[in-house]
Amino acid sequence: MNEFVETLLDLPWQVGDPKPAYDVVIIGAGGHGLATAYYLATRHGITNVCVLDANYIGSGNSGRNTTIIRSNYGIPESVAFYQHSLEMYQQLEAETGSWIMHSTKGQIWLAHSVSTARTERTRALMNEACGAKTDYIGPDEIKRLCPQIDLTGGGRYPVQGASYHHEGATARHDRVVWTYAQGALRNGVHVFQHTPVTGLLKDGDRVTGVQTPKGNISAGVVLSAVGGHVSTVAGWAGVRLPIRTHALQAFVTNAYAQEFAPIVSSNDLVFYISQTPRGQMLIGAEYDRQASYRTSTSYSYLQACSAKATTLFPFLSKLRILRSWAGICDVSTDFSPILGHTGVDGLMISTGWGTWGFKAIPAAGEQLAELIATGTPPPLIAPFGLDRFSKEAAMADPSSAGTR
Amino acid sequence: MLWIECPNCGSRPFEEYRYGSVFPVTPDSITDPDARNIDHAWMQDNIQGVTQERWFHESGCRRWFTATRDTTTDVFLD
Repeated sequence: MNEFVETLLDLPWQVGDPKPAYDVVIIGAGGHGLATAYYLATRHGITNVCVLDANYIGSGNSGRNTTIIRSNYGIPESVAFYQHSLEMYQQLEAETGSWIMHSTKGQIWLAHSVSTARTERTRALMNEACGAKTDYIGPDEIKRLCPQIDLTGGGRYPVQGASYHHEGATARHDRVVWTYAQGALRNGVHVFQHTPVTGLLKDGDRVTGVQTPKGNISAGVVLSAVGGHVSTVAGWAGVRLPIRTHALQAFVTNAYAQEFAPIVSSNDLVFYISQTPRGQMLIGAEYDRQASYRTSTSYSYLQACSAKATTLFPFLSKLRILRSWAGICDVSTDFSPILGHTGVDGLMISTGWGTWGFKAIPAAGEQLAELIATGTPPPLIAPFGLDRFSKEAAMADPSSAGTR
Repeated sequence: MLWIECPNCGSRPFEEYRYGSVFPVTPDSITDPDARNIDHAWMQDNIQGVTQERWFHESGCRRWFTATRDTTTDVFLD
């Protein structure tokens, strides 16, 4: 049996065009948009919801990430938020009955110098104190967890130690999107693919709906869960965002016939590697320096990233690059997400997901649904409002992205 | 491979260069001095299209220059 094809989820699409009005219109049917719709329907009974996507569901960054779930972030508010999301991922299969191929693997974050070893010790202590189970481990334990590693780092990057995040995990990205789409559709939410939003409807200063080629749709609340083009959407409402969009490239090799158990990241070399359920080795590194909306990959990146990966894992030189892709990441200037009110009535936002969006899908969806239902930001996401910048309360966490 | 025109060295491979930044522009509609400072410190135009940016020819003449680039295609215009 080909489990990737023969266990496709049943998606009960509704037929016809969007209604002229909904309580909530969500722009962007990726993980975040669909999760918000799902939790609005299941937790708060709000089913008069429409999710619109310019392309097919999960065609944006939900289909262009590296599927890593972890919570070892650098500020207490972030650790609490991502830990909640990590725990929701662990429960998602039981809650929905859909198989998302969730697999707890553990994440090893390597240090190759005295200074980064200090960083990893700090990370382990700080995360442990905030509730994300993390230990500092030495080279022997690293070799036991990941026998493929060359502890000398090719002579240049000797492994000093690592922080080990026990609950680091991966899940199949498409299945997460489909699971939320299925749950939302079954509860009566409308999802329309190939329906781009071309503008916002406004009544004075208030946003009252969206414009699409299938007609105008008015809405009590419009949520932008757009990935990559959020500055354009916010610009329609006159909202300025602390977001710069960069391409993040990644690639997979052909299948490696042995097990590669954990997720491994390197602090000094700035790359990360894990094994997909198909056995392919998935490798990524930092996002491109220049701001860009282009989703193609470059030979120079593949070359540089392969050089880093083979330094620590010589077996990779026997494999071949199979596929590469790039996602366009909305990187916030303080490297934390931006969730909730925009300062414009009727428009809410879920953005600033940079390179940490996939792991946050369940928690962000649940918390935004609560915000839309109650009008008040729940404590878990209250620190991540757009107004934090004008209050001089930015949530600066650049070192936790692992891709910078 | 992407090639970039350096005003001193001519056309050279992309890897020799380092991206600097776009020119930050705070809109005139923001008049409060504090709000202007916050906008200057944090907010981005994040233009989807043609931008004016500073680039540094790190592995060449090591001089800064201004380039015009389309962020949707990464093509450098002159």
